Amino acid sequence: MYSEKVMDHFTNPRNVGEMENPSGVGTVGNAKCGDIMRIYLDIDENHIIRDCKFKTFGCGAAVATSSMATELVKGKSVEEAMKVTNKAVMEALDGLPPVKVHCSLLAEEAIHAALWDYAQKNGIEIEGLKEPKKDIHEDEEEEEY
Amino acid sequence: MDKIIYLDNAATTKTAPQVVEAMLPYFSNYYGNASSIYRLGAESKKAVAKSREVIAGSLNADSSEIYFTAGGSESDNWAIIAAAEAYETKGKHIITSRIEHHAVLHTCQYLEKKGYEITYIDVNEEGIIDLEGLKKAVRPDTILISIMFANNEIGTIQPVKEIGEIAKENGILFHTDAVQAYGHVPIDVEALHIDMLSASGHKLNGPKGIGFLYIRKGVKIRSFIHGGAQERSRRAGTENVPGIVGLGAAAERAFESMEQRSQKESKLRDYLISRLEKEIPYCRLNGDRERRLSNNVNFVFRFIEGESMLIMLDGKGICASSGSACTSGSLDPSHVLLAIGLPHEIAHGSLRLTVSEENTLEEMDYVVDSIKEIVDRLRQMSPLYEDFIKKS
Repeated sequence: MYSEKVMDHFTNPRNVGEMENPSGVGTVGNAKCGDIMRIYLDIDENHIIRDCKFKTFGCGAAVATSSMATELVKGKSVEEAMKVTNKAVMEALDGLPPVKVHCSLLAEEAIHAALWDYAQKNGIEIEGLKEPKKDIHEDEEEEEY
Repeated sequence: MDKIIYLDNAATTKTAPQVVEAMLPYFSNYYGNASSIYRLGAESKKAVAKSREVIAGSLNADSSEIYFTAGGSESDNWAIIAAAEAYETKGKHIITSRIEHHAVLHTCQYLEKKGYEITYIDVNEEGIIDLEGLKKAVRPDTILISIMFANNEIGTIQPVKEIGEIAKENGILFHTDAVQAYGHVPIDVEALHIDMLSASGHKLNGPKGIGFLYIRKGVKIRSFIHGGAQERSRRAGTENVPGIVGLGAAAERAFESMEQRSQKESKLRDYLISRLEKEIPYCRLNGDRERRLSNNVNFVFRFIEGESMLIMLDGKGICASSGSACTSGSLDPSHVLLAIGLPHEIAHGSLRLTVSEENTLEEMDYVVDSIKEIVDRLRQMSPLYEDFIKKS
């Protein structure tokens, strides 16, 4: 059901990890619905994305879109990163099954959320960037299993 | 493809070689229509009758009470809709449970739209039906109780006898979806007071596309398919003779080998459960430990999602299943896991492994090692796990 590119980015995801002192970090999605993406950005003084890491809880498509999104924004300026839309992520992955399109939207939102964090920290405005939706399931169950 | 370790026997099973062998003559040699008068037709008729007898005998029922269908979903649809229609003058209230297969749940929802009232009985944390709740739900206008024999996801075996007694005492029909149980556990429709029972061939090493509905003599039920005298005119259509022969052969095989088969399966099951519980942190076994199908293992692993696990297991040649939303095509995880009280985010990380007698302990070791590696890898990728570790 998945393209070869999706399978490749799922089985060998690029840029998995965390970042200490990131320039910006964004977490989007909802554990209740089964997808959470977190993207870390390291941005230099010229507003160029030097490095990018991600962590994702979700299905194969969620992991693959996160991986592809990090690849697409790496090395780009923040303005260029704004142009990495869900459509661009999907195209780069040779498409997604219809029920998985929301995963690519989540990837776009995660990038935007991380850029928003960066913009807030530095008191700058990025054209076209809006405050991300607060959609995270804050009070997770703390039961032990 | 390399070697496959098949652990999805609740989804479907391999058709047993002797079943295929029994079926083969009924494709090109004995292809006659069982309703025809000539001898070629009589061969088919004889074969259908023999299968019907085997199945009736396996349930302590009479041959005239077995109706062949195209499978479990059809049997469930027929039992519920046709009984509802036949008894609507008595009432329009039906009782079922929250953990039924969709063939029952969606049929009940269809009837709700038609003006029937449905009560969905809760289950406890292990997935056992609340018998007190069932007693309280009974009303003068209750016409049908439909509760599954064993659950397809978590393998829990219901207190069918007690349910049958409640139904009998109150003069209510009792239908049970026994698709996961038939051929795996002994079933006596008399002792258990079952009025209708659904079963499917491909869950007991029989062919797909064939099943049956047991309907107790005297139960008023509408015909399901009109247009012929087959199945006592209740389910018209030329018989699927090879399928019926296959189902009969599968039932014969299943009942003969039941004891040793379930012993072997439960040994594999318990080995899987004990290793997974011991070696993977933050996991939980779903379903009852005692009242459980001998082939069913169902776990949730926290902080990860089921579909990802399945794809990685597939990469290692292991076929399994999950109740995560991504495998259901909706945003909600399995209704069964939610009914036993799992929060959404944990239910997404479920994994069902259903073994067969063909599996080995060596395979189980490989499977556990693979799951450990996969769970670890997905947790390293999971922001939920990252937060959990930072908090603790």
